[in-house]
Amino acid sequence: MDVKFTNDDLAFRDEVRTFFEEQFDFDLAKRVLNDKSGDYKSAIVAWQKKLYEKGWIAPGWPVEYGGTGWTITQRYIFECERGRLGIPDAVPFGLKMVGPVIYTFGNEQQKEKFLPRILSSDDWWCQGYSEPGAGSDLASLQTSAELEGENYIVNGQKVWTTFAQFADWIFCLVRTSKEIRKQQGISFLLIDMKSPGVSVKPIITIDGKHSLNEVLFENVKVPIENLIGEQDKGWTYAKALLIHERAGIAEVADSRSNLNSLKLHAAAEISGGAPILADPVFQMRLSDVETELMALEYTELRALASMAEGGMPGPESSFLKIKGTEIRQAISELALQLVAYYGGALEGNLDPGALGHDFASKARVDYMYGRAASIYGGSNEVQRNVIAKMVLGV
Amino acid sequence: MNFKLSEEQTMLKESVTRFIRERYDFDQRKQIIKSEEGYSPDCWATFAELGWLSIPFAEEYGGFGGTIEDVAIVMEEMGKGMIVEPYVPTVLMFGQLLALSQNNELKSEYIPKIIDGSYLGAFAFLERQSRYEITDIRTKATVQDDNYIVNGEKAVVYGAGNANALIITVRTSGEQFDRDGVTLLLLESDCPGVETKPYQMMDGQMAANVSFNNVSVPQSNVLGSVDAGAELMEALVPLVILATSAEALGIMSVLNELTISYAKTRNQFGAPISSFQALQHRMVDNFMAVEQSRSMLYRGLCAYGEEEAETPIECLRSLHAMKVIISKSAKRVGEDAVQIHGGMGMTDELNIGHYLKRLISINTLFGDADFHQKKFNELSYKT
Repeated sequence: MDVKFTNDDLAFRDEVRTFFEEQFDFDLAKRVLNDKSGDYKSAIVAWQKKLYEKGWIAPGWPVEYGGTGWTITQRYIFECERGRLGIPDAVPFGLKMVGPVIYTFGNEQQKEKFLPRILSSDDWWCQGYSEPGAGSDLASLQTSAELEGENYIVNGQKVWTTFAQFADWIFCLVRTSKEIRKQQGISFLLIDMKSPGVSVKPIITIDGKHSLNEVLFENVKVPIENLIGEQDKGWTYAKALLIHERAGIAEVADSRSNLNSLKLHAAAEISGGAPILADPVFQMRLSDVETELMALEYTELRALASMAEGGMPGPESSFLKIKGTEIRQAISELALQLVAYYGGALEGNLDPGALGHDFASKARVDYMYGRAASIYGGSNEVQRNVIAKMVLGV
Repeated sequence: MNFKLSEEQTMLKESVTRFIRERYDFDQRKQIIKSEEGYSPDCWATFAELGWLSIPFAEEYGGFGGTIEDVAIVMEEMGKGMIVEPYVPTVLMFGQLLALSQNNELKSEYIPKIIDGSYLGAFAFLERQSRYEITDIRTKATVQDDNYIVNGEKAVVYGAGNANALIITVRTSGEQFDRDGVTLLLLESDCPGVETKPYQMMDGQMAANVSFNNVSVPQSNVLGSVDAGAELMEALVPLVILATSAEALGIMSVLNELTISYAKTRNQFGAPISSFQALQHRMVDNFMAVEQSRSMLYRGLCAYGEEEAETPIECLRSLHAMKVIISKSAKRVGEDAVQIHGGMGMTDELNIGHYLKRLISINTLFGDADFHQKKFNELSYKT
C-alpha cells in the first residue's frame, strides 16, 4: 500500500498549479460565482474553454473520446490543486452526465455530433429527469414521447432543472410505452432547447437565486436520431449516469477548499477579544467535520483505485454521495454560524463588504442552496436504500 | 497509488484467519479466559511458530523485518477472533520500545526471547492519577551507585501479571507533569520489591497493578536517554494506535456482518427486521462508519510510512484524526450491534457484547476520541 508521489507526479503537480494560477481569473470568479446570472455562464464557459484547449477538460473520459489518460494519482493531484485554489469544478451536465452516456450507449453519429461540442463547452446541457410527480420515485415519470414517422412527439413537464435557462440541449427521460413495470418503457432522448414547444419557467430558490427551472414540452418534435440506444431501455442508461453523477458529487476537493476558507475566516473573526478559531467548542465542531473529510479523501482514493483496476463505480458512489453532501452541508452550517447576524443581511445592490462582512452573503447562499445537496441526485435517504439493497443485501 | 495487499501480506492475513477458524472460536476463547493464566501458552507457542511474534523486528535480531502495515494486517484479523494473548503488550509495547531504543545489549538479550515465544513483556506507563497524560509520572527513581532505586506504583498494566520483564516509566528529574525528566527502565518481574496484583479486564485480557518498593535496577537497563524517555514513548504511541485501530476495524466489520445476518433471520411483525427502513438506514450508517474507519487507517499507515514526505505535523494530524474517527465509529457500531440484536445482544452468552467491550478498551488506549480530537485541534487551528 502506498500513496507516494513519483517525480513525474510532482512535476505534474507543478504544471497543474502553474496553469491554474496563471489562467484562472480569480477576480472575475469572486465577482460572479455566487451570482447565477448570464455573467456566471460566460465566466464558466470561458474557463472551461481554457481547460479544453489545454486538453484537461474531461479527465474521466476514455482517451479515444478526448479524455486525459491520467493515472488516478494525476486525477487526484488535479482535484487537490483545484480545491486548494478554490477553482470551481466543470459544470457536470454535459461533461460528467450526458457525455459518458453518449460515448457508452450512443451511436457513431451521436458521438460525432455531440461529444466535441460538450468538450469545447459550445453546448450547455441540462438534465430532464425529475417531474412534479416523480422525485425520489423517478421511474414513475409521465412525460410522454410518441413516435410519429421520423419524430417523437414529446409532451409533459420536467422540474428542478438546473441552469435550463442557459441550456442549448436537454437530455430527458421520457415514457415511450406503458409497461407493467414502470422502469420499462422509459427512453433516453436528447432534445434541442430551441425546438418549438419547449418553454422554461424560472424557480427562485431559498438562496434568493435563479438556478432551477421548470421545463415544459408541448408537442415538441424530436427527430428519432436523438434517441440514445434502444427505445424503452432508457432506465438502464439513466442508472449508469446516476452512478457517475453520485460519485462526482462527493466534491471532496470543493469541501476541502470551503473548509480552508472557513478556517481563514474563523481566524479573522473576533469574539470577546479572541479569534473564533481559538474557541474550543468551535474547534470541536470544525474537527468533527475535518476528520470526516480526511477519511472521505481516502475513501474516494480507494474508489478511484478500484475503478483504475477496471471496476465500474458501483454502490460505493451512493456512499460518496451521502458522506460528501453531509460534509459539504456541515461546513456551510459552520460558515453561517460564523457570520452570525450578518448571515441574515440581504445586501441587495450594496457591495457585500459595505455591510461589514464580505463573506456573509456567500455563507448564506451556500448554506441555503446547500440544503439541496442531500435532495438532488437521489435523496440521501434513497441512497441509503440503495446501499441497504445492493451492499448489505437486506 | 495502490491499496492492495502484497502476496506475502495476503498469506499472512490468511494464516491468522485460519488459526482463528481452527483454534480460536468463541467457546475456545471462553475456556482460555477462564484458565489460571488468562491466556493460552499453547496458542502463544503457535504464534511464535507461525512467525507472528517476529513481524516488526529487524532481521539482525531474528525478526521478519516487517512494517507496521504488516502488523496492522495481523491485528485486523486478530480483532475478529478477540485474541486475548498479550500480543500488544509483549510484541508492540515491550518489544517495540526495545527496538526503538539504542540499547543494543538489551535488544540482543530480549528481542530473540520475544520472537521465540519464551518471554512475555509489558509496558507500565499508567499511574492512578495520570489518565491519558503519559508523562504525568510520580514513580521516582534515584541513583545509588550503579543502580536506580525505584519507588511508586503503576496501574492497569496490560500483560503485567504474566510478564517476565517490564519496561516502566520513572521520574528521574523534574516535577510530576514535566515532559522532561522521564526515564524508561527495563526490569525483571521477579526483582525484589516488585509486587504485582493481577486482575482481568472486561475485554478478557489480563492486567495488573504493580508496585515498586526500593527496587534496584542497573543503570545499564535504561532505554533511550536518561530524562528523555518521553521521546521514546512518543515514537511508540503511533505504532500501538495504528495496530489497535486495525484491531478495532476487524471487530467492527465482524459486528456489522453478524448484525446484518441476525436482522435477516429475526422475524417480528411477520417480517424479518432487516426489512424495516429504520434499521436498514442504521445499518447503512454503520457500514459507512466502517468504510470511513478503513480509509482513516490507510491514511494513518500511509502518513506514518512516509513521514519524510509528509511533514511531521501532517503525519500527527492524520494519526489523531484516525483515532477520532475509529473511536467514534467503534462506539456507534458496537452499541448498534447490541441494539439491533435486542435482548440477545444483552446476553453474556453471545459474542456481540464481548466485541463491544474490546472496542471500548481499544478506544481508551493512549487516549480516547476527545483527547485525540483536542490534540488534532491544537495542531490544526492555530491563530
